[in-house]
Amino acid sequence: MSSKVTATLLGLLGLAFYSGMGIAAGDPYQLNFQEPQSIIARETYDQHIVAMWVCVGIFVVVFGAMLYSLIYHRKSVGYKAANFHHSTTVEIIWTIIPFFILIGMAYPATKTIIAMKDTSSPDITVKVTGYQWQWGYDYLVGEGSGISFISKTSTPLSQIYNKEAKGEHYLLEVDNPLVVPVGKKVRLLITANDVLHAWWVPAFAVKQDAIPGFIRDAWFTADKVGTYRGSCVELCGKDHAFMPIVVEVMEPAKYAQWVAEQKAKTAKTTIDVNKVFTMDELKAEGEKVYAGNCVACHQANGKGIPGAFAALDGSNIANGPIEEHIGMVLNGKVNTAMAAYKHLSDVDVAAVVTYERNAWGNTKGDLIQPSEINRFRK
Amino acid sequence: MSHESSESSTYYVPEPSTYPLTGSIALFFLGFGAAFSINSLPIGKVLLMIGFAILFYMIFVWFRTVARESEAGKFNAQVDMSFRWGMSWFIFTEVMFFAAFFGALYYMRVLSVPWLAEMDQKILWPDFTGEWPTAGPGVHEKFTSMGPWGLPAINTALLLTSGVTCTWAHWALKLNKRGQLNLSLFLTIALGITFLACQIYEYGHAYSELNLKMTSGAYGSTFYMLTGFHGFHVTCGTIMLIVILCRCLSGHFTPEHHFGFEGVAWYWHFVDVVWLGLFIFVYLI
Amino acid sequence: MAAVHDDHGQAHGHDHGHDDHGHHGPPSGFMRWATTTNHKDIGTMYLWFSFAMFLSGGVMALMIRAELFQPGMQLLEPEFFNQLTTMHGLVMVFGAIMPAFVGFANWQVPLMIGAPDMAFARMNNWSFWLLPPAALLLMSSFLVPGGAAAGGWTFYPPLSVQMGMGMDMMIFAVHILGASSIMGSINIITTILNMRAPGMSLMKMPLFVWTWLITAYLLVLVMPVLAGTVTMLLTDRHFGTSFFNAAGGGDPIMFQHIFWFFGHPEVYIMILPAFGIVSEIIPTFARKPLFGYSSMVYATASIAILSCIVWAHHMFTVGMPATAQLFFMYATMLIAIPTGVKVFNWTATMWRGSMTFETPMLFAIGFIFLFTIGGFSGVICAIVPIDVQVQETYYVIAHFHYVLVSGALFSIFGGTYYWLPKWTGHMYDESLGKLHFWMSFFFFNVTFFVQHFLGLAGMPRRVPDYALQFADFNMISSIGAFGFGLSQLIFLFVIIKCIRGGEKAPAKPWEGSTTLEWDLPAPLPYHSWTTPPVVK
Ligand code: HEA
Ligand code: HEA
Ligand code: HEC
Ligand code: CUA
Ligand SMILES: [Cu+2]
Repeated sequence: MSSKVTATLLGLLGLAFYSGMGIAAGDPYQLNFQEPQSIIARETYDQHIVAMWVCVGIFVVVFGAMLYSLIYHRKSVGYKAANFHHSTTVEIIWTIIPFFILIGMAYPATKTIIAMKDTSSPDITVKVTGYQWQWGYDYLVGEGSGISFISKTSTPLSQIYNKEAKGEHYLLEVDNPLVVPVGKKVRLLITANDVLHAWWVPAFAVKQDAIPGFIRDAWFTADKVGTYRGSCVELCGKDHAFMPIVVEVMEPAKYAQWVAEQKAKTAKTTIDVNKVFTMDELKAEGEKVYAGNCVACHQANGKGIPGAFAALDGSNIANGPIEEHIGMVLNGKVNTAMAAYKHLSDVDVAAVVTYERNAWGNTKGDLIQPSEINRFRK
Repeated sequence: MSHESSESSTYYVPEPSTYPLTGSIALFFLGFGAAFSINSLPIGKVLLMIGFAILFYMIFVWFRTVARESEAGKFNAQVDMSFRWGMSWFIFTEVMFFAAFFGALYYMRVLSVPWLAEMDQKILWPDFTGEWPTAGPGVHEKFTSMGPWGLPAINTALLLTSGVTCTWAHWALKLNKRGQLNLSLFLTIALGITFLACQIYEYGHAYSELNLKMTSGAYGSTFYMLTGFHGFHVTCGTIMLIVILCRCLSGHFTPEHHFGFEGVAWYWHFVDVVWLGLFIFVYLI
Repeated sequence: MAAVHDDHGQAHGHDHGHDDHGHHGPPSGFMRWATTTNHKDIGTMYLWFSFAMFLSGGVMALMIRAELFQPGMQLLEPEFFNQLTTMHGLVMVFGAIMPAFVGFANWQVPLMIGAPDMAFARMNNWSFWLLPPAALLLMSSFLVPGGAAAGGWTFYPPLSVQMGMGMDMMIFAVHILGASSIMGSINIITTILNMRAPGMSLMKMPLFVWTWLITAYLLVLVMPVLAGTVTMLLTDRHFGTSFFNAAGGGDPIMFQHIFWFFGHPEVYIMILPAFGIVSEIIPTFARKPLFGYSSMVYATASIAILSCIVWAHHMFTVGMPATAQLFFMYATMLIAIPTGVKVFNWTATMWRGSMTFETPMLFAIGFIFLFTIGGFSGVICAIVPIDVQVQETYYVIAHFHYVLVSGALFSIFGGTYYWLPKWTGHMYDESLGKLHFWMSFFFFNVTFFVQHFLGLAGMPRRVPDYALQFADFNMISSIGAFGFGLSQLIFLFVIIKCIRGGEKAPAKPWEGSTTLEWDLPAPLPYHSWTTPPVVK
């Protein structure tokens, strides 16, 4: 014990902890939860602080005693061992005290749990769907109902692969954030399309697994206007790290404006299914859809990842009967990573199928119109 | 402390043995073989065959050795007690294995199927009503479920009777009535085999006439997995009984010393009880 | 505690050890190890196997930490990263920690209860030899198309239904590992219940034996359930059943219930024997009997029983009804009480003892200190609203490395140093042992303490890349991990040095030890307690 090595190491350890606390003030060294922005988040924050200090307290008492004994009750200072080996009273005391401490911790938690589960009378209801690897939002009830969009990461690959400097919100930024009004109760109906995901925004203390085939609900009421960031927190395959969540909380007036804009946009983009496109239009559009939905698995060069994700370049389906190809995209293939892409619009499906049949080494030359997809769906 | 001695005052610790390693090699082949063949790699089947061959060989020689050791009087009362503890806890693990599947049945029937028909889920499954038996909200192929009266009831009777004949055999062994022992063991085996034959017939019937398959959602999955694993256990039990019958015929076991027999009898009763559970929870209600 | 009267342990003059190749001894070379029915040989094989697995799992951890050294993707592809995370978890849990404890049981249980060997000596060998094929299945799955399983060590469907052949290999590996564990635990139960020396009543058994008895019960209870779960997964993957598929009336969440019914007791399977080892070491070096022996036994049993009804605390975010959340929260928090009893008892054992701080004692004290931190973060996880925030973040990673690495693993190190003189007949190098402890202690904290902060601030687990505000702590953690890894080379060195030679160990190298094994000579004769000792 008296070896120099030990002393040096102990010193180093102390130093490390000490300096850890010194630098702990800055932002990248955040030591606790993010600042809470909803009532549940605030309660959770407080309970964590209490629980942590209770634990620190017990720790100090128990290890204070142990440390005392380590220092004074050692053979090298000539201490002679006592021979006691039990004491019913003491044992009962230290069984009961923790019990009451635990009750003290569980009581506020119980109240919060019951509040967390109360999803009744929301102002706005949004359906949230997890896809590999993006989120879909459908506003079902309340102001904005009917709005529906897909939200995916907007961090460019070049940043991820270190070819470019990383932006401020690296990996926590999306193209279309979920937009909600401040101070309104928002109910989320959370589900998934393919595998488990989980929707988490720390500032609201909402974390709910998204389960394919089931709807689970959660709620939050945002306290303050602002942008809040979170991410998918259930392992969902390859790009699990790259499906962030951003919630934009707005003043009610601004929210109404946003709703109006969205409605106008959807009205404009709703294209007659019978519209006929040219090859170039479809290929260009298809490339976009491909980059947005398919590239993660099938790769930009269409070669897939051998063993895991099928190649489309030269594939039998992308070069075979059109129906099979459309069917694969719309219905997916059970028990594989190839999920159903029913939620894509007819135009998107037509475009991506056309693109796949005419990209890379594939030169089928055929052109699929949205109307065919529409027919296929029926 | 030479172990070859047949005096049974010390605990019998067997000599070094190659059987365990052989068994592990068998499982090595079986593991890879199963993984490969389930993914349609042609080599898989070959590995599986090799694996099974080695495994059966290993089981055969290992049990033959144990039987010889037993007949040589190497197992004293303490060893006998070890066997009893060992077999009891082994059967307990089997109980837990079935518990997992019964638990799954319970979960689906009582929890997940009704949940899927609840209000909130209407967004996903608008037409689902959640009645049992069901293939679930997303499987549209129709099937008919398996009723309890008819073959399943007959099967219940068969197995219960076999439990009685098995006990009869034990009783005969204890009274050293070897004729009755052989006869009742034979009857037990015959009943077991008849049960299995009925079960195979029932599967055929389910597949061809009721359109009830493994793929028939919750009902099909639990029905086939539960009855299937039970059938597998009956098969093992029957083989074990046959071995015991052969040993009886060649004069093994004494009224005092016959744990080999008892262990198999316990196993057979366990299989019996599982069937009762199946009959109630899968067929009746 | 157990005072021994009879010293015929090393019956018939077997006073020279494992290098005895006479006709009583085993065959030599590979076949000695392949065919042995000797509990000591088998224990040794378990320990070496588990150490090899620890190194492999550790290398995977280092690859993970290397990728996480900086934000951005540098070394690995995301898919491969997920495979590493999954295999790291599986290899450490099933390959390193569990077999190590079975190794300890094999060596120590017969010695400590005065039995000539394990109850089923031949089957014992099989339990061990099932491990290598299973490990091969797991490891070689990296090489098949699609790579190894990548769904996390918990392999939740439907993700695990999507994967390729690697997942099937994992499933079959788990089947084989399960068979091995079941045989091992039946063997241990039978040995303890049926082969104790005369006079060794249950309440006289050393605590290590008690903890293993209870652990073995947990194993026979939950391993078959795991086998059932992976079987359902297999049929869902390949035979069209719908256990975990909502479209067929099943539920992906059902998998989690069944998995954690196994999984939670499993984590106590990895800590109860550790409690046992620490409860042997502390009294020895405090030169004072264990405080509260019987309450230790009851606490262990309570932990085991409670552990069977808390499983859904891993599922607080799946959307269970409030009543279920409350039940599982309360039940989980209750476990703090019996565990606290243990911590207090250890402290009371040290209190007014006459302590010395040899390496085993250092690891035992380090264990209590750090395990308690892990226990506290566990209790914090158990509080549902807080868990909703920390679930699937690095906070959980920090929690369970505190209980698994500085808990289970430290006890394994401590136990190894403690019994090494008995096993090898040589003393290990004390100053290197201490160096190993202090290096491990220091770097362990550097690696994992900062992960609490990462988790609280919101860094998800199982990600190969993270947002910029997590960069600094990740860098610290990665540096710590490499330091911790290097420190383990000291351990390897000490062990090999000790096996090959060194100061000769007396039969009873530790002044304060009381259990039966110290009455046997060191090094141990190949067969011990062929005549059982009589315990008063
Ligand atoms: C050896 C393994 C081990 C052990 C012993 C424990 C012990 C405990 N664990 Fe841990 N746990 C794991 C291994 C372990 N755990 C693993 C591997 C996971 C993650 C799995 C995965 O998702 O991959 C996990 C995850 C996990 C979760 C889920 C987190 C999440 O995913 O969101 C929870 C939640 O309740 C939890 C709780 C606890 C509790 C309450 C204890 C208690 O037993 C702790 C009790 C001990 C003490 C409390 C300290 C001593 C007591 C005192 C000094 C008395 C006084 C104390 C008080 C009054 C508070 N654990
Ligand atoms: C059971 C015991 C156990 C043990 C002992 C460890 C040991 C370690 N683990 Fe852990 N870990 C788990 C069980 C364990 N782990 C589990 C169950 C998970 C969850 C998996 C999942 O999410 O599915 C996990 C996940 C996990 C993660 C999260 C991964 C993710 O979410 O993506 C991380 C990250 O830091 C990590 C790190 C480490 C480190 C650095 C060690 C170190 O202690 C390892 C130290 C050992 C060595 C390094 C090897 C020895 C040294 C050499 C071979 C010499 C060469 C060394 C050098 C050249 C430096 N582990
Ligand atoms: C999560 C990963 C993933 C994503 C995203 C994905 N696919 Fe796939 N896809 C797969 C896998 C895996 C297969 C192979 C299925 C099998 O085993 O047959 C596949 C197969 C296919 C095939 C058949 C190829 C063949 O010859 O077998 C087509 C066509 C296809 N996908 C199109 C698409 C389109 C279009 C999109 C986007 C709208 C898309 N995929 C998105 C994983 C994915
Ligand atoms: Cu989606 Cu992780
Ligand atoms: Cu747990």
